[in-house]
Amino acid sequence: MTETEIRPTGASAPAFPKDRTCPFQPPESYAQLRGDAPLTQVRLFDGRMAWMVTGHAEGRALLADPRLSSEWGNPIFPVVVQRTEGRGGLSFPLIGVDDPEHARQRRMLIPSFGVKRMAALRPMIQRDVDGLLDAMLEKGPTADLVSAFALPVPSMAICSLLDVPYGDHDFFEERSRDFVGAATSAEADAAFAQLHQYLHGLVERKRDEPGDGLLDELIAVQLAEGKLDYDELVLMTLVLLVAGHETTVNAIALGALTLLQHPEQLDALRRDPALISQTVEELLRFTSVSDYMVRLAKEDIEVGGETVKAGDAVIVSITLMNRDGKAYEDPDTFDIGRSARHHVGFGHGIHQCLGQNLARAELEIALGTLFARIPDLRLAVPLDEVPIKAGHDAQGPIELPVTW
Amino acid sequence: MRITIDRDRCIGAGQCVLAAPAVFTQDDDGLVTLLPGHEDGTADPHVRDVPMACPVQAVALADD
Repeated sequence: MTETEIRPTGASAPAFPKDRTCPFQPPESYAQLRGDAPLTQVRLFDGRMAWMVTGHAEGRALLADPRLSSEWGNPIFPVVVQRTEGRGGLSFPLIGVDDPEHARQRRMLIPSFGVKRMAALRPMIQRDVDGLLDAMLEKGPTADLVSAFALPVPSMAICSLLDVPYGDHDFFEERSRDFVGAATSAEADAAFAQLHQYLHGLVERKRDEPGDGLLDELIAVQLAEGKLDYDELVLMTLVLLVAGHETTVNAIALGALTLLQHPEQLDALRRDPALISQTVEELLRFTSVSDYMVRLAKEDIEVGGETVKAGDAVIVSITLMNRDGKAYEDPDTFDIGRSARHHVGFGHGIHQCLGQNLARAELEIALGTLFARIPDLRLAVPLDEVPIKAGHDAQGPIELPVTW
Repeated sequence: MRITIDRDRCIGAGQCVLAAPAVFTQDDDGLVTLLPGHEDGTADPHVRDVPMACPVQAVALADD
C-alpha cells in the first residue's frame, strides 16, 4: 500500500451529509453538487475533505476499482457519522473488509442468497405478508405502516433464512435500530454489545441443538472445518441480521410512500400487476435508501478529470448517481414504465448487496400485495408531517401513518 | 457470439440470471454458469446487457 495521509478540507466545501426534506428526493442543497462535474468536494463533520462522486459512470467505475478500500479497521478510514467515530479497528465481516478476506467470507454465503433459493422463499414471504395485512386490517383503519408491516416483513424473512428465533424480534429489532441509528455512540455501542452477546448465546445453543438455517450450516460446515472462527461467525451473523433489518424496512415504507405520492403511477401498477418487478427497480433507483457509500483511496486514481489521492476520503452518492441525467432521461421523474437498469440502489462492485434478490422478492410481494389488498390506502397525515431519518442514516420514514 | 465468464470474480449477485435467464444460471456454489446448450448466447437478446449489469465484470462477450 502507498504511503497515505489525510488531506484537510477546502474550507468552502459544503457539509455532507444533509437531511432530506422530501423523503424520496435528494436534499435541495445537493443541487449545487449536481453540475456537469462528476466529482465535487464536500466536508465531513470532522472537517475532513471528501470527494463526492455524483456521476453514474464514474461512480460505477470507482465502486468496481480495487484501489478504493472498504477497510473500516484502517485508522484513517473516513468517518461520516459522528457516533461511530470511536469504533475504529473493528472490521465488520463482508461490509468492512477488502478482498481477499471479503471474498472468502462472501463465498460462504453466496449459495444461500442465489436467485433460485430466493425464488423458493417467495411462498413463505407471501404467507407472512398476508398474515401481517390480515392483522393490520383487523386492527385498523389507521396503522403505522412501518411497525405493522415494513419492519416485520424483512425481519421474519431474515430470521427464517438464518434460523434466528423470530420470537426474540422485539429485542433484536430494537438493538439493530439503535446500533445503526442511535443518537449517541454510547447508545449505539450498548446496542451492539447486547446484540453481540445475544448472538454468542444463540451460536452456543445451536452447537448443541442445531436448527435448519444458514446459521446452522455455517456452524456445521465452516466453523467445524475451521474456515470461520467463532468471533467471525458471530460478527458475520450480526452483519446479516442488521443488514436484513435496516434496509428493506426503509425500501418497503419509502416505496409505499412514493407510490402513494404518485397516484398515476400507482394506478398504472394496479391496472397491470405484472409491472411490479420494474416498479421495484424504479423505486430502488428513485428512492436510493442507501444514500451513500464510503471508501478510502489506497492509491492515486484519475477519474472524471480529477486526481483522487491515496488517503483521500471518497463518498459515492448513490442518490445522485441514480439521478444522473447522463444515465437516465428525466432522472427526477418517477416512472414505472422506464427501464431503471444499471441503477446502483444495491451498490456496485464486490460489495454489491448480498441480499438483493431476497430484497427484490420481499419488495415485490410486500408492495404488490399491500396495494392489491387495500386499494384505498392513503396517508393519514400530510406528507411534510411524516417523520424521516437523518441524512447519514438509511433513508426512509420513521413512522408512516396510513388509513384506508 | 462467445461468452466468457470468470467464476473467480463472480460474487453471486445474480444480475446475469435476472437479465438473461435463458442463458445464465447459478450453480450449487451460487456462482455464474451457462445453461447447457445455450453457451452461444443466442437464446436471449438481453445477453448484450449482461456485461454492463454484472457488478464485477465477470462476463464478457466477443462476436465470432
